This record gives sequence, C-alpha cells and structure tokens, in this order.
Amino acid sequence: MRRIATALGLVAALAAGILLGLDRPQPMDPERLGDLSGLTGDPARGERVFWASGCASCHAAQGAEDEARLILAGGRRFETDFGTFVAPNISPDATHGIGGWRLEDMARALWTGVSPGGEAYFPAFPYTAYVRMQAQDVADLWAFMETLPPAARRNEAHDLPLALRPRLGLGLWNRLHLRPDWAVTGPLSAEGERGRYLAEALAHCGECHTPRTALGGLDTARWMAGAANPSGTGRIPAITPDRLGWSVEQIAAYLDMGLTPDFDTAGGSMADVVKSLHRTTPDDRRAIALYLMRVPPSE
Amino acid sequence: MRLAAPLAIAALLTVGIAPALASEAAVEARQAQFKLLAFNLGTVGAMVQGSAPYEAATAQQAAENLAQLASLHQAPMWPAGTDSASMEGTRALPGIWEDADTFAERFEALGTRSAALTEVAGDGLDSLRAGLGPVIQACSACHQDFRAPR
Repeated sequence: MRRIATALGLVAALAAGILLGLDRPQPMDPERLGDLSGLTGDPARGERVFWASGCASCHAAQGAEDEARLILAGGRRFETDFGTFVAPNISPDATHGIGGWRLEDMARALWTGVSPGGEAYFPAFPYTAYVRMQAQDVADLWAFMETLPPAARRNEAHDLPLALRPRLGLGLWNRLHLRPDWAVTGPLSAEGERGRYLAEALAHCGECHTPRTALGGLDTARWMAGAANPSGTGRIPAITPDRLGWSVEQIAAYLDMGLTPDFDTAGGSMADVVKSLHRTTPDDRRAIALYLMRVPPSE
Repeated sequence: MRLAAPLAIAALLTVGIAPALASEAAVEARQAQFKLLAFNLGTVGAMVQGSAPYEAATAQQAAENLAQLASLHQAPMWPAGTDSASMEGTRALPGIWEDADTFAERFEALGTRSAALTEVAGDGLDSLRAGLGPVIQACSACHQDFRAPR
C-alpha cells in the first residue's frame, strides 16, 4: 500500500511540476527578437501606431481630452468579472513608468504579455492582439512613447480575488490563447489586409466585440458577434456586416467622428476608441471598414 | 361612508400610480428632446458625412435648433428615481444623480459648443465640420459615462 501511495505521490508531484513548468513565462521567440535588431524607430510613424492601438483609452486618465490623452499615467480602474484592474503607468517616467525599459522589453510585453521582470501580465492588457504587431511598428511606437511627458504617478495593485493574485495559470492560459494567426482568414484585398492588421493586431476590436469562452479567451468562431460588456452593464453590439448593416463610408465616418448613420453618437468605451481613431488617417479608417465588411456573418 | 372606497382608491392612485406615470412622462420628455437633437444633428451630420449636399441656410437652421434644444432647463426632466437601475425603458445610468455636477457640466458643454456652431455653420462645409466635431464630442463625452449600452 505504502508503495502505491508513494508512487501516486510521485505522479502527482510530477504532474504539478509539469503544470508549473508549462505555466512559466515563455522565452521570446529568438527569430522575432532578431527582427528587432538594427531597427530604428520613427516617432512620427509611431504616433499613427499609437492612436490605432488605442493605448490612451486605458492608460490616460478617465475623461481626458486632446493632449491630456498623451499623459499615460495610468490609474484608470476597470471593474470586470475577474476583479478590478488598475491601468499601470506607461509614461516614460524612470521610476513609476516604463522609462527604464529598452525596445526589447517593450516587444516582450506586447508580444508575450510578460514584464521585463518576468512577471505575466493579466490579459486585460490586450497582448493577445498585439502579438501580431509588426517589429517595425513596435520600434516606431516605442520611439513615439519615449517622447511623451513623464508622469510620476505610483502604480496601484489590481483589486483581485485572492486566487488570482499569484498570477498562476497565466502561462497555461497563454498556451491556449496567445496565437499570432488571424481570426478572419478569407481572401482580402490589400486594403482589407491592412484593415485586418489594424483591427486584429492594433485596435483590438475583438476584445470587446467578440464573446468569450468559459476560460475568458476570445471565441474566434463568433468573431465580432457582440458580447457582454467586459467592464460594466449591458452588451457590446455585434459588428459583423449582417448585424451592423452599415456601408464602408458610414463605418469610416463613425470611426472618425463617432456619429452613427442614424445620427446617434458613440458612447461607453467606444467614445474613447473614436477619440483615438479620429487621430489616425482616413485611409486607415477606410481599411478597417473594408475589413469589417469581410468578417463572416454571425447569424 | 360610501365615499370611503373611491377615496381610498384615489389616494392609492395618487401615491402609488401617479409617481410611476410622472416618472415615465419625464423619461419620455427627455427622450423626445434627444430625438429632436438627433434629428437636427442628422441634418448637419449628413452634410459632413457626404450623404447630403452642403446648404448654408439649412445648416444654419439646424445649428440654431441644436443650440436652442441644448439650452432647455434639464432639471424637470431628470427627477430622482428615473435611472436605469430603478425602472425599465431608460439607459440613464445612476451616475447622473450621483455625480450631478459633472452631468450638468457636460450638458453645459453641449450648450456652449452648439452655440459656437451657430457662428460657423453657414460659412461653408469646412467650417461646419470644424464646429460640429466638438458638438459630437460633447454628446459622446456624456454618453460615455452616463448612458448604459443597449
């Protein structure tokens, strides 16, 4: 009996060891890391990446307008089913922000969801979208963010249930959900492909508009089919072409000004999204609209 | 004595049903003003979206209507207890009453910006677009914090 118990104990320990091993943060893909070497970031191009990626929607202060949206001091709170997440300071402040980071640290955070200290981020940070970001765009974005005003706001801990605080399981979660492939795989024009890159890699539209599975990952089979509001009440609408019913011009105009075809205006978290997309380019907004027309119907 | 029953019913109506009707009337009234705002916003919105030709006189009138509508006293249309947590048929979040000062400020911004729009709406499509952007942002800023998603 004792031998069986010992054997079972060993098996359990081995299983736990394997799980913990699988849960460890993955090292950066050396090939992708290699893509970064020798790249020079262009801050002007990086500004376009910045607005397309919606960084300010979470990391600037709530209700911030215009140039105040460039102060990425964090502190905004997001109440979700998993607890309350507090956006961190990602201004170039050396003490409280990410002023001490190198480009490789930025790429590791965006592509793998792991901090320079090796700690896994919670996927409230949409690295599952940013994993698709091109190396040159990472370099440009980094160059732009280094030009922003430093903010000396100290980071606060997320307010999460005890079980989530040790950040166990995030590595396993990433093995299931961190995928660099596209959600929409049908044939696309060059403009549509640009739109897919903008929507799926940068603007992370799916984070709110796609429903989630029981594990909290995006249900790619129901891409953009509408979902429960991740941080509040009500529902985020479906934006598949069959359900939205808007033309390319109407979508592009909405992403620019926040005015719907029936002359309602963007509300909720979409108001901040429009504030950012307004500062991209007409070509980019049109590309996103063309892409949305190619998303498979959800009904 | 024969009056007692009707009186009791009348009293019940007054304290019980009348407030419900008053709440619904207030919600209908404020939704009606938003419909009027959306209609006039639509007139100029269609011009900047390119789905209607720019016409100075029409744009001017729509802008003036927006400014007039935004200057209505809001208090009578937002009685306590008419938030989305207390009743059906409204997306008005409780925050409107919890943070009444911010709500009032946001509404004032709509007034100021639509008043500014009346100064430029008749000066050509580019002027209209420049003046309309801040008006739409004022709508959005309020909807962001104070209107529930559908």
